[in-house]
Amino acid sequence: MNVSDLVLEVRNLTTTFGGGRLTAVNDVSFSVMAGEVLGLVGESGSGKSVTLRSIMQLLPASSAISGQVFWQGDDLMEMSNSELRVVRGGQISMIFQEPTTALNPVLSVATQIEENLKVHTRLDRAGRAARARDLMDLVGIPDAKLRLKEYPHQFSGGMRQRVMIAIALASDPALLLADEPTTALDVTIQDQILNLILDLRDELSMSVVLVTHDLGVVAATCDRVAVMYAGRIVETGTVQQVFAEPNHAYTRGLLGSVPHAGTERTMLLSIEGKPPGLSEIPLGCAFNPRCEFSTARCGVDRPELEDIGPGRQVACFNRDAVAASGSPIG
Amino acid sequence: MTGVVIPSVLRSLRGLPNSLVVGGTILLLSVFVGIFPSLFAPYDPNAFDYNELLSGPSLQHPMGTDNFGRDVLSRVTHAYKIDMQIAFFATVVPFIFGTTIGALVGYSGGIAEVLFGRVVDAVITFPFLVLVIAIVSVLGPGLVNMYIAVGVVGWVFYARIIAAEIKVQKRLDYADAGRAMGYTHIRIIFFHLLPNSITPALVYWMTDMALCILLGASLGYLGLGAQPPTAEWGVLIADGKNFMVTAWWISVFPGLAIVLTGLGFSLVGDGLAELLRSKR
Repeated sequence: MNVSDLVLEVRNLTTTFGGGRLTAVNDVSFSVMAGEVLGLVGESGSGKSVTLRSIMQLLPASSAISGQVFWQGDDLMEMSNSELRVVRGGQISMIFQEPTTALNPVLSVATQIEENLKVHTRLDRAGRAARARDLMDLVGIPDAKLRLKEYPHQFSGGMRQRVMIAIALASDPALLLADEPTTALDVTIQDQILNLILDLRDELSMSVVLVTHDLGVVAATCDRVAVMYAGRIVETGTVQQVFAEPNHAYTRGLLGSVPHAGTERTMLLSIEGKPPGLSEIPLGCAFNPRCEFSTARCGVDRPELEDIGPGRQVACFNRDAVAASGSPIG
Repeated sequence: MTGVVIPSVLRSLRGLPNSLVVGGTILLLSVFVGIFPSLFAPYDPNAFDYNELLSGPSLQHPMGTDNFGRDVLSRVTHAYKIDMQIAFFATVVPFIFGTTIGALVGYSGGIAEVLFGRVVDAVITFPFLVLVIAIVSVLGPGLVNMYIAVGVVGWVFYARIIAAEIKVQKRLDYADAGRAMGYTHIRIIFFHLLPNSITPALVYWMTDMALCILLGASLGYLGLGAQPPTAEWGVLIADGKNFMVTAWWISVFPGLAIVLTGLGFSLVGDGLAELLRSKR
């Protein structure tokens, strides 16, 4: 992979709340290549959404973000507000979990799409209107001319997410950050939205960071995956590598807890216990109290994320044992 | 042509709350009377008629005459002009200024919000009327000084309402989405958050106009607002106070005009709240 293909590089991103007492994202580093879909997976509270919001600096004032986020060679964390405004929405766009609340209820869809164009492009009024119609076609909303005049409450959930995507893509961003874009939708609509995102990725040659807790979504859409637990990345690799040979007990547990159609019926694995709260992250490996492979060392030292192959990293002392026990979906 | 237009107007009225229709009708008529008082006033409001001193309601003088023989109906009608002006001008500046300040304070939070909280505390510690009277007595009586006094105090209430609404709205996803889209804070505040927060301020504005008519009348009565011989409801009531027992009509009819107009504003406020709530 060529270095020039790198679009986003996150280095040692750490986000704390409450004056540094609660660490939601801990020393997270990852990179996104051009045209790639990176999945960020984990249970609720693992820090995946906060990671996205930290990149966009959308967190409340009570938070503190450190680390670097390199975007086309510049550190977003060092940028002034006006520089940041050019990147946000223009080069990096974000879509949210709940399209119902992420759209402004009192503005028409046309107004909301054209607003992005007004801020980020030099198009005139007619140009913006034409582009808005094109975008509606692009995201697969029929009757663009008519529906542009409507308000968000006149759209169904799936259609609202399409509107949200149309707004986000209005000024041709190179990277789309998607924060659980399908969680609030029906399964059939989920599939349509994910396919839409993939099609648009190909059509517009952009990269996508997809935050989700759904491994099925990851398998269907992502090229690479980073698994997060308690604010840290515990395993990364291509989707094939990680799914075929999980090296971290947590990844293995996650994979085992997903039902699979078309295979013989087996008991689903479940991970005992619940993820730790931000104020009670265990000593050593954060996963050790719930881990079936844990040894004495796991409760004392924290395993670092180590390279075990090109683009393949894992943070586990007992990864050989985990790998040897095979993938629960293999 | 009119045959087509009128039914369609009626049809669109049918969906509106009754209070809005009734209140709106009262207010529209009041504004119309206020703009064209001469159409409704049978006499010159300031013309003396020494043959008709303190005469009761009759066909010539439906609301009677006062101690100078001035026609009360004409004076009440001409007072619409002054009192509707008071309702609008005394509230529109506080509405705009208070809304702007409230939106900025609610959005930015922090020190601005703390300082603003102290200003609010300082203002609401004093009863509204007392504070306004104090300011007017410093500036001197008159309508313009009354507008200034009401404005200095009144904006705080709008600001407080809007600040609270904006504080809720700014945490919602669409505000974050706006920031993620690279919009400026000013654009997010005034284009995105304010339209979603303005309803309670609009409703309060209607109530405030009713309150301002009462306040204008109170100050007029006390001699601090509109000055005699200007026809203003509070002034008219004060004119009649010495004749309450013998000539009740001098004070009662301007009083009824105040009640009717106040009712109009209150009904519109209620109706507006109902309408905007159901739209959400």
